[in-house]
Amino acid sequence: MSSWLGFERRVALRFLREGRMQTLLIIVGVAAGVAVIAYISALINGLQSNTLAKTLGAQAHITLRSPDDVVLPARPTLPQDTALTETQPRAQRLRSVVNWQALVPLLEGHDNVAAVSPLVSGSGLALRGEAAQAIALMGVDLDHYDRIVGLRSKVVSGSARLSPGEAILGRELAADLGVRVGDRLTLQTGLVSDSVRVTALVDLGVKDLNRRTVIVPLRAAQSLLGLPGGATGLDLALKNVWTAQALAADLRRQFPYKIESWQENNAQLVSALNAQSVSTAIIRGVVLAVVVLGIASVLVVSVVQKRREIGILRAMGTTRGQILRVFLVQGAVVGAVGSVLGIALAVLLIWLFTHFVRGSDGLPLFAITLPLATALQVAFIATLCGVLAAIAPARRAAAMDPAQAIRI
Amino acid sequence: MNQANASSALIELNGVRKSYNVGLPNEAEVLHGLDLRVKRGEFIALIGPSGSGKSTLLNIIGLLERMTAGSYQLQGEEVSSLDDAGLTLRRRTTLGFVFQFHHLLPAFSALENVTLPVLMAEGRVGAQQLEQARELLAAVGLAQAMDKRPSELSGGMQQRVAIARSLVMAPPLVLADEPTGNLDTASSDEVFVLLRRMHAERGISFVVVTHDPRLAARCDRTVELIDGRIARDEPVVYPA
Repeated sequence: MSSWLGFERRVALRFLREGRMQTLLIIVGVAAGVAVIAYISALINGLQSNTLAKTLGAQAHITLRSPDDVVLPARPTLPQDTALTETQPRAQRLRSVVNWQALVPLLEGHDNVAAVSPLVSGSGLALRGEAAQAIALMGVDLDHYDRIVGLRSKVVSGSARLSPGEAILGRELAADLGVRVGDRLTLQTGLVSDSVRVTALVDLGVKDLNRRTVIVPLRAAQSLLGLPGGATGLDLALKNVWTAQALAADLRRQFPYKIESWQENNAQLVSALNAQSVSTAIIRGVVLAVVVLGIASVLVVSVVQKRREIGILRAMGTTRGQILRVFLVQGAVVGAVGSVLGIALAVLLIWLFTHFVRGSDGLPLFAITLPLATALQVAFIATLCGVLAAIAPARRAAAMDPAQAIRI
Repeated sequence: MNQANASSALIELNGVRKSYNVGLPNEAEVLHGLDLRVKRGEFIALIGPSGSGKSTLLNIIGLLERMTAGSYQLQGEEVSSLDDAGLTLRRRTTLGFVFQFHHLLPAFSALENVTLPVLMAEGRVGAQQLEQARELLAAVGLAQAMDKRPSELSGGMQQRVAIARSLVMAPPLVLADEPTGNLDTASSDEVFVLLRRMHAERGISFVVVTHDPRLAARCDRTVELIDGRIARDEPVVYPA
């Protein structure tokens, strides 16, 4: 039984071994290219994941709010009428999402929705002694809200608990008010005031948020903000964050609420991430093109150098297809060996980055890993590029006239 | 003209013409309507001055070049109209080549060079074929040099490896283009004796291009080419 590509493999490997220095140089070139691609992919993935985790760690993937109050014209203008209308925009009052209790199970039933949390939010003041701070008051059900922003994991002091009369504060706000876990403070809105005990301090990842966030039980916020039984909004966490925009658009078509995805609320961040992804793709493309050209140029030289050997082989009865495959196999071998070395080099670079590059606080900047799937994908593409790069030289070799090649 | 019976002809060329640069102002015809028959088991010397068309004729017989006009029957099959794949297959199965400059593959050992045609044809070299290649190398006197690379062998030894390689697929015809042209007299004699021995032992036909009248005189038949025409085609008469 014949061995698959037995002749082509044997001749290709010998040709590569014969031109040892050339082969070594091109494999190093491919390895460098693969290492750059794999390392940049891992770095950008790590950076984007970290940025996203920090951004989305403190906010919902989709927010659902009551629609804004708008002024409707008293009488519709008829086509033949001429009207000069000046409309004063309405001040937006705090309103509850209509029928939110029925909406929660409906949204929770959606395939891509991981959690739904009702919340009541408004502004107020936190008072302690002579200190007063403007606050963003949020009333939540702790278990539901924890599934949106992972609140329990952000606790830096105390333990997350929200029984009636209890509150969780942002770390900076507590410092401004001189409050520690267990202390009491007064929350005041335009309507009423209430005294609460601090059970935990949290770090939401953004100082400004930490400086004004007070989280209380849903019922307490309803009473402080004058919305008994109401919820000013629903926060949604998704299983796949990248589907938020499409799902928000879908929900907008179904419900008459103001529904926004995290991408719409962070347009600049999304633009930056997109720009980063496009730049990375361009770098990867350019590096791959350089790798392809490198392999192709070395193989073109090899075809010229091996002209006589190709002629002998053709004279002995080697088919054009076999000669073609000899060079394609060379391209594949160079690509594959270069890929393996390149991936190893990328892993080393990642190790160096995570161990030696530190932020101003002395901690690693962010975690970078090279997922196996990415490594295999890069290696496969590089090997494929090796084969593609070999096509032109291989065709040239296969088209060689044996009589002429032998005469040289 | 060879009077051999057509049925026993291994190759039969009729009216073979070969021109280069066809259709261009510098078009030149180098073979002008040759007729040649080679019987099975013949040992023919193809002689003639430089530029007489010997190598061109050998390349046409070896299916490495196409003729411009005429017919070529190889083992009774017309091969002039075959495509590249057809010609390649017949080169592989019917013909063996020995070139002036040995033309071994430098990256392979002597034994690997000999087994290359087998590897090429079958994708692997079986134990039996390997043994056969070893026997061939031993037969050409290279039993001790099988694992040596061509660069480690003398010119004469390299040519003997090339002869063993040309025989490994047991072709009915071996074409040798000045096989001793690059060797000193002693090596030249050795190689020629070897070719004659292989011919005698295996019954293979040989067409040998040579400039050396001493060697031509040791063949069975001499075909002399002058200016692209067969000027002489006669059996070699050995002194009584």
